[in-house]
Amino acid sequence: MKQKSLSQKLIASPYLLWAAIFIIVPLVFVVYYSLVDANGAFTLEYVSQIGKYKDIMLNSIWLGFVATVISLILAYPLAFIMARSNLNVQRTMMMLVMLPMWMNLLIRTYSLMILLQDTGIINSALSILHLPNVHMINTQGAVVLGMIYNYIPYMILPLYSIMSKIDNGLIEAAEDLGANKLTVLRKVILPLSMPGIASGFTMVFVPSVSTFYISKKLGGNAFALIGDVIEMQFKSSNNYNLGAALSLVLMFLILICMAVMNRFTGDDDDGGVLI
Amino acid sequence: MKKFVFGMMITVLLFAALSISSFAYENEDYYKGAQKGEVINVFNWGEYISESYEDGMIDVNKEFEKLTGIKVNYVTFESNEDMYAKIKNGGASYDIIIPSDYMIERMIAEDLLVKFDVKSLPNFKYIDKQYTGMYYDPNDEYSAVYNVGMVGLIYNTKMVDETPTSWKIMWDEKYAGKILMIDNPRDAFAIPQKILGYSLNSTDEKELGDVAQMLIDQKPLLQGYVMDEVYNKMESGEAAMVPYYVGDFVCMQEVNPDLEFVYPEEGVNIFVDAMCIPKCAQNVEAAKKYINFLLDPEVALSNAWAIGYATPNIGALNSDDYEEMRENKYLYPDPEDMPKTEYFHNLPQETLIMFADLWNQIKVSGGSNSHIYWGFGIVAASVVFYGGYKWFTKRRREYWYDFPIEK
Repeated sequence: MKQKSLSQKLIASPYLLWAAIFIIVPLVFVVYYSLVDANGAFTLEYVSQIGKYKDIMLNSIWLGFVATVISLILAYPLAFIMARSNLNVQRTMMMLVMLPMWMNLLIRTYSLMILLQDTGIINSALSILHLPNVHMINTQGAVVLGMIYNYIPYMILPLYSIMSKIDNGLIEAAEDLGANKLTVLRKVILPLSMPGIASGFTMVFVPSVSTFYISKKLGGNAFALIGDVIEMQFKSSNNYNLGAALSLVLMFLILICMAVMNRFTGDDDDGGVLI
Repeated sequence: MKKFVFGMMITVLLFAALSISSFAYENEDYYKGAQKGEVINVFNWGEYISESYEDGMIDVNKEFEKLTGIKVNYVTFESNEDMYAKIKNGGASYDIIIPSDYMIERMIAEDLLVKFDVKSLPNFKYIDKQYTGMYYDPNDEYSAVYNVGMVGLIYNTKMVDETPTSWKIMWDEKYAGKILMIDNPRDAFAIPQKILGYSLNSTDEKELGDVAQMLIDQKPLLQGYVMDEVYNKMESGEAAMVPYYVGDFVCMQEVNPDLEFVYPEEGVNIFVDAMCIPKCAQNVEAAKKYINFLLDPEVALSNAWAIGYATPNIGALNSDDYEEMRENKYLYPDPEDMPKTEYFHNLPQETLIMFADLWNQIKVSGGSNSHIYWGFGIVAASVVFYGGYKWFTKRRREYWYDFPIEK
């Protein structure tokens, strides 16, 4: 890598300062709080308590994983079609993807709850049409739906940005050499879009695993996730140490998942929005 | 606040609205003398103040701003514990908080409240004597009572066949998936405590363990733990029953007349919420003005209408405009219908820790996980399979071409 000039360093400094204050320092606090007790003495008590929360942690990771995979399956063809359509269509579709994000996540989730309830809009409509009602709220499916609905734009955007950069010439060349459509997808488009998949995966997986509001509103109490437990420690139980310990362990688990994921996508991630 | 639509009362209310449209308050001089740009931060329960001018009510915060020139920042909390965590950990500055009795006791014990002479407030005289010198503040030095209420069982008559008389109905499997539970530890523990005949202020480890076990057993029958969402769930008929505060029931019944309310025979929790000034307050003088303003009969009347709790303010209670509420048998039960009641008290530190731990256990309990292990197994197997396949094809190609392929 080339040596950075002074001006380059200066331009980067506001962000570095930002990162130091709002990313590094809070992380240090998380580590600190998880290793001390209420009086500030060193203890491993809180970290060792996480065994009690094993099931709920696995459950969170599993639901986050399912939501991410479904988002990927839904977003991949959409991103491809978007990237291949003309500019006006691209702009409109982009706006449609972004539109729900103009609203607050809490409001979106609350509305979803009102839609899915047994007496909600969907079931009322079914009743009017004399169709049998469907029980949707307070199921794992509803939680996964909430995650997908809220985070799918984060999957579409990196995929779209990387796919719009794929050279059409490569696809044509493959076709000239006799590759059928499936082979083009498998041998050309998929490998080239791998960085987009990796960053989309990260950007959906991480917030899904640690989400708390969605599970509370759509899963009732039966499907509390680790995020709910952490929130409770900070909000009502006033137990910062346990909350920090749980966050720390969750962070490690997510890091492990990401490391496994990155093994698959190779290390050339130029163009991806890797975080 | 939910809209009040009283078909029969509309003319009376219109008349009332006209008669108080000038909004005169007592002792207006008391509110004078605020500096320009003064601000007061109020931290109150959700849905717990009059916020509109409909039906002769007033927007309390706007009126206070008009009267004093002090700007009101109004923020709400969902439970005493949430509020306590925010105050205790600093980083937030509020001038007025409205916690419940046991929390006031705890905050006084931990020196988190400002001592001020409550009796010197001009409108102190309007507080019913019954609600002065409460157990947590015997000399009226820290708090002035805002509202009085009890917890009872709200149920939907269309969904519950019998007339419940006992808390035990919340463990009836007939209503599985239709039962809501209140989402804060003290109120949730109170229900099994009453069923088992324990005190609400028990510090006995075994008793608390029994109570937690009952809540864990109940969990599969529950639709969820709720606080303010209870309005949506009960009004829409989504849930059949919930233990909740009587004042909120009065508001919900306006929207859904199928809802009914009962004080179960085992006994209930009675509480008062009172206005206090926390130590982090920046503007104690303005806070005193605000407390005095909320004690004004006109303001208290409007609040009593809007939030539907029993008012400790005799000025509001005896007002002609309050007659309909005064006769509400849920808010003001006749002496012979009065349920067995018990106040919460602050608990010792060890008990509080035990409470928090048990509450965590209840919240994470339940849910079978076998499918997750299967799921992870399948994912891991496919990962291994894919890796092996890649490795195998690479080896085969290397063998075929007889030179190593990069990447």
